[in-house]
Amino acid sequence: MQNQRDMQNETEPRRAGTVATLARLRPYAAAALPRIYTAMVASLLASLVALAIPQVLQWMVDGPLADGDASQVWVAAGIVLGLGVLEAVLIGLRRALVLTPGTHVESRMRNALYAKLQDLPVTFHDRWPSGQLLSRAVSDLNLIRRWLSFGLVLLVVNVLTLVGGLIILIVMNWVLGLIFAAAALPVIAYGFAFERKYSSVARRSQDQAGDLATSVEESVHGIRVLKAFGRSRYALKRFESQAEELRGTEIEKAKAIAGIWLYLTLIPDLAFGVCLVVGVWLASVGQSSVGELVAFFATGTVLLFPIWSMGYFLAMTLDAKTATLRFFEVMDAPNTIRDPATPATARGGAGELRFDDVHFRYQDSPDAFPDLVDGVTLTVRPGETMALVGLTGSGKSTLTALTTRLYDVTGGAVRLDGVDVRDLTREQLRSRIAMAFEEATLFSKTVRENVLLGRPDASEAELREALDIAQAQFVDELPHGLDTKVGEEGLSLSGGQRQRLALARAIAAKPSVLVLDDPLSALDVDTEALVEAALRRVLATTTALIVAHRPSTVALADRVALLEDGRITAVGTHSELLATSEHYRFVISSLEAETHAASEEVSS
Amino acid sequence: MTDQPDQSVEGVEGEERDDLSKAESRQIRARSVRLLGSLVHPMRGKLALAVVVVVISTISQVAGPSIIAYGIDTGLPALLAQDWMPVALAGLAYLLAGVTGALLIAWFTILSARISQAILFDLRRRVFLHTQRLSLEFHESYTSGRIISRQTSDLDAIRELLDSGINQLVQGVLYMLFTAIALFLLDVESGFILLASLVPLLVLTRWFQLRSQRLYRRTRVASARLIVQFVETMTGIRAVKAFRTEKRNEREFGELVEQYRESNAKVIRLFGVYDPGLVLIGNVAVAVVLLVGGFRVIDGGLEIGVLLAAVLYTRRFFDPMEDMAMFYNGYQSATAALEKISGVLEERPSVADPEKPVDLWHSAGHVAFEGVEFGYTADRPILPHFDLDIPAGQTIALVGSTGAGKTTLAKLISRFYDPSAGRVTLDGIDLRELHPKDLRRAIVMVTQEAYLFSGTVADNIAIGKPDASRDEIIAAARAVGAAGFIEGLPNGYETDVNKRGGRVSAGQRQLISFARAFLADPAVLILDEATASLDIPSERLVQDALQTLLADRTAVIIAHRLSTVSIADRVLVMERGRIVEDGTPDELIAGDGRFSQLHASWRNSLV
Ligand SMILES: Nc1ncnc2c1ncn2[C@@H]1O[C@H](COP(=O)(O)OP(=O)(O)OP(=O)(O)O)[C@@H](O)[C@H]1O
Ligand SMILES: Nc1ncnc2c1ncn2[C@@H]1O[C@H](COP(=O)(O)OP(=O)(O)OP(=O)(O)O)[C@@H](O)[C@H]1O
Ligand SMILES: [Mg+2]
Ligand SMILES: [Mg+2]
Repeated sequence: MQNQRDMQNETEPRRAGTVATLARLRPYAAAALPRIYTAMVASLLASLVALAIPQVLQWMVDGPLADGDASQVWVAAGIVLGLGVLEAVLIGLRRALVLTPGTHVESRMRNALYAKLQDLPVTFHDRWPSGQLLSRAVSDLNLIRRWLSFGLVLLVVNVLTLVGGLIILIVMNWVLGLIFAAAALPVIAYGFAFERKYSSVARRSQDQAGDLATSVEESVHGIRVLKAFGRSRYALKRFESQAEELRGTEIEKAKAIAGIWLYLTLIPDLAFGVCLVVGVWLASVGQSSVGELVAFFATGTVLLFPIWSMGYFLAMTLDAKTATLRFFEVMDAPNTIRDPATPATARGGAGELRFDDVHFRYQDSPDAFPDLVDGVTLTVRPGETMALVGLTGSGKSTLTALTTRLYDVTGGAVRLDGVDVRDLTREQLRSRIAMAFEEATLFSKTVRENVLLGRPDASEAELREALDIAQAQFVDELPHGLDTKVGEEGLSLSGGQRQRLALARAIAAKPSVLVLDDPLSALDVDTEALVEAALRRVLATTTALIVAHRPSTVALADRVALLEDGRITAVGTHSELLATSEHYRFVISSLEAETHAASEEVSS
Repeated sequence: MTDQPDQSVEGVEGEERDDLSKAESRQIRARSVRLLGSLVHPMRGKLALAVVVVVISTISQVAGPSIIAYGIDTGLPALLAQDWMPVALAGLAYLLAGVTGALLIAWFTILSARISQAILFDLRRRVFLHTQRLSLEFHESYTSGRIISRQTSDLDAIRELLDSGINQLVQGVLYMLFTAIALFLLDVESGFILLASLVPLLVLTRWFQLRSQRLYRRTRVASARLIVQFVETMTGIRAVKAFRTEKRNEREFGELVEQYRESNAKVIRLFGVYDPGLVLIGNVAVAVVLLVGGFRVIDGGLEIGVLLAAVLYTRRFFDPMEDMAMFYNGYQSATAALEKISGVLEERPSVADPEKPVDLWHSAGHVAFEGVEFGYTADRPILPHFDLDIPAGQTIALVGSTGAGKTTLAKLISRFYDPSAGRVTLDGIDLRELHPKDLRRAIVMVTQEAYLFSGTVADNIAIGKPDASRDEIIAAARAVGAAGFIEGLPNGYETDVNKRGGRVSAGQRQLISFARAFLADPAVLILDEATASLDIPSERLVQDALQTLLADRTAVIIAHRLSTVSIADRVLVMERGRIVEDGTPDELIAGDGRFSQLHASWRNSLV
């Protein structure tokens, strides 16, 4: 349950600038940009109208109304109403312009992320905690949308308002204006420090939120273990300590925001105080007038709100920046297992599977260790069934994973009908080789959908046939037969039932090569015999590589390959190996050595 | 609820329904507000403090213009008389007000973060604890994805409310209140116009409330679906790749994304009408005040200055409206999320902790089934009628064809489920009355699925006994024969096993799970196919370990490989939820029943 939060830190890229980072959103946001720009204009206009309304009021009251002309009252009210409607329309326009496109940007990014994640190799998924992926796909993209359709627009409008306001102030009275403008310098300086500080805290908080999601997921997926050992409290404690960390980070974030708010409110106020004294002095020496002062302060006050809200928008922008970084960490992840540029054609081959001096090591394996698969050479002839036998952890599952390129070999080649599997597209390859994993890996769909995962267009008869071969007739007793949902990960089925569905799934895919990883481990002796009898029919024509731990499973095979120290040290029929290989006897035999000797004497 | 007996919104039921009746809608809304109340309640002291801080800081901000006015009105004439005092005073006062206001606002920011984080922490914790407490039955149908979505995207919605919330709300309400009072004091008639404008405002708000409530519910459902699909794809990524479902998944996911986008866009569009609508009402009110006041001025009934002030006040009254609308919007979104969360919290575990737990400090390990009936669903009994007595210290081998109900039996002993009739007892105490901590200490089960958490090997073994020392962990690993491979891992016991233990092989996962159980040292140990993925030599090591381990404790060993039988005192053969044979291994092997057949064919398969 411990998390791998440091993992991202290792790969933390060189600190890219905020603008440069956010600019990377452009391809996704391109379609929305014109509308975003228009929205900025609408928003500016709305602020102008809002500013104008009080002025108009003042002018009306001073002018037409003072004259006591009744018809003028109608005009005055009409103009005010007109402006008011205009303001509402502009605000509505701003929202209408950006909000829907914003959601499209979010969708586009989410779909792209999902597609990329499905495309990335298993190695990537081995390393990345699922909560980190999820938090990127949900919370981060949400943040980015809100920033694009809200933060960005108002940030730009605010900056423009501020610049415009400052120019007006300087034009009104350059001394006071410059004093006020000078106050911006320390704020900007602090802004840079804030950016650095806040970015790192925001990043940490997003990472921690991802870790928290991982913990939640594991606490639910592993609930059977937690319940079996009564460790809910213990899990809660760990979760609490993580949530506590997140809380700490969030408060740190709030402190950073409080810091910039302090500056943003304090410094303009200080500047105002100084302006007040200087202004009054200027007026006293005749450099300025009372009217001018009033106007100066009135305009200055209008600028205060945009100044304060800069803190909020800045924080939002930085949140969006770190979210973008996190998004691109996944999008930029190199995919080492790609389709070849010019795929070979291997249609209709007989299904010969050959390992040619195959080497493989996991990425995190220390240099001192030899390759896990250290030069495997093995040919499974078309139509032949080959059992793969070896000790726990010897690399059998790893070897099976190499056939469909869940991992790529680090040396040598796996060939299907003489073609290197890397020269086929993954689609081609995986439609020719079907696998059953040692863990069933079902989805919370119906039985039918699960079995037909590899060939959704298969006929009812083919589905039935596959189920019959796997001895999965139990499906008819399920509450809704083939349309029963099997529960998350198939956990509302018994262990043996799950395993048979996974087997049926591989068979239903009608591949030319079947790769089955310990496919009968959860079956009782009788069912196992039935499955084997039925399976033989399929295996008569299909090439198969079957990982086996028990002699009963080995019985399915024409030949057996023994994996030892990363190499195939012996190939032959079961009885040949029993007779010749010491290690094979050690791996597969449960009888005592003497009995062995005895039975061998008998058979010979 | 009474008129539709088959539908209810109790707990998570009807969570995805879109056709809630008024009564149901009110019911879940009330539930969610109650939850919000219970979350905010402990924070009320801090909340009051925060409000006070905001009020003071607002006052000091409001003071600014008056000080400037004083500086100009009094300071300037004084300065002309060479008296610097008033100007300096005004300058200082302004600085002071500025500093106070700024400091308080900063303080408030931190204060409100503390409050909202405390609320979120409390909520996270509650949901976590509750989902842990809920029974497997619930988890099987609810799926992890939805729980994750409750804990992530729903919590985000609440967080957004809390982050944006209190400040605007308090400031806005105060501001509007003061402005309205000032207007009434100034001119009662204009005041009433303002009051009248509240009518369309309320109508609009009610409209927004009803519509957005429904739409926000939909966004919650849509986001949960999205997360469910996402989680499932990532969990089963190997199968996804091996069976080439990427394109299909992309389509499905794309649809879910679109549904989520659509409902999101709808609710945003709704707000896009509501917000300018409020502005419009405000601006119309201003125009009406101006119109009515204008005529009164002409009639001589109103001073022109008063009219100007009245119009400005009316305008100002509506200034914080946008903030308030945003707050309300956030509130709607958060309560929709809270509806879902409160639904989960409302679920009662079907396997509930006892009200008056019976302690069992030391368990002998005597397990009995008395007239037990059980089925996962009412219409499909798995154990039709079950009696069984397992004396303390006995080692039982439970065999039978797949789907016979062996795991189910084991789950009943470890109280993952409760029987629908009869009782399961430990040392004569009904499991339903036994204190959970004693139950869990006494009975431990190694499940058929060897689930490892991400974290180190040592951490995973330590689940068996969280306070175990490193030596104990190593001893346990050694006892089950796992030490060899663990020491061969790059960082030994400190190697991270990755999510779900993907870093180690299937057999190695089983060994680690087994070491876990060894470390837990329970009175009753249940092993459900705990050696199915092991090679024969490792299995033999485990058997040896079991022989010593089980010498003085009760054990139920479920296995298809009959090698376990050799260490069992008694064998039970189970078929279709019934025990069909029961006896010592020798008796049964010697007989001509089912077991002797099974055993014979198993023997034959060996070499
Ligand atoms: N993703 C991984 N990263 C690093 N090492 C791994 C990974 N998966 C497996 N290993 C290591 O590689 C070795 C071989 O694992 P593999 O799963 O291929 O064994 P196996 O022969 O299938 O064993 P079993 O019979 O227990 O299933 C093991 O020692 C394991 O610890
Ligand atoms: N959570 C569940 N919800 C509904 N039905 C279930 C659930 N778990 C098991 N079942 C059903 O109950 C029956 C007994 O299952 P159980 O897991 O007890 O079998 P088992 O004897 O352990 O089989 P195996 O040897 O395959 O593990 C099966 O038909 C199965 O489909
Ligand atoms: Mg394996
Ligand atoms: Mg079972």
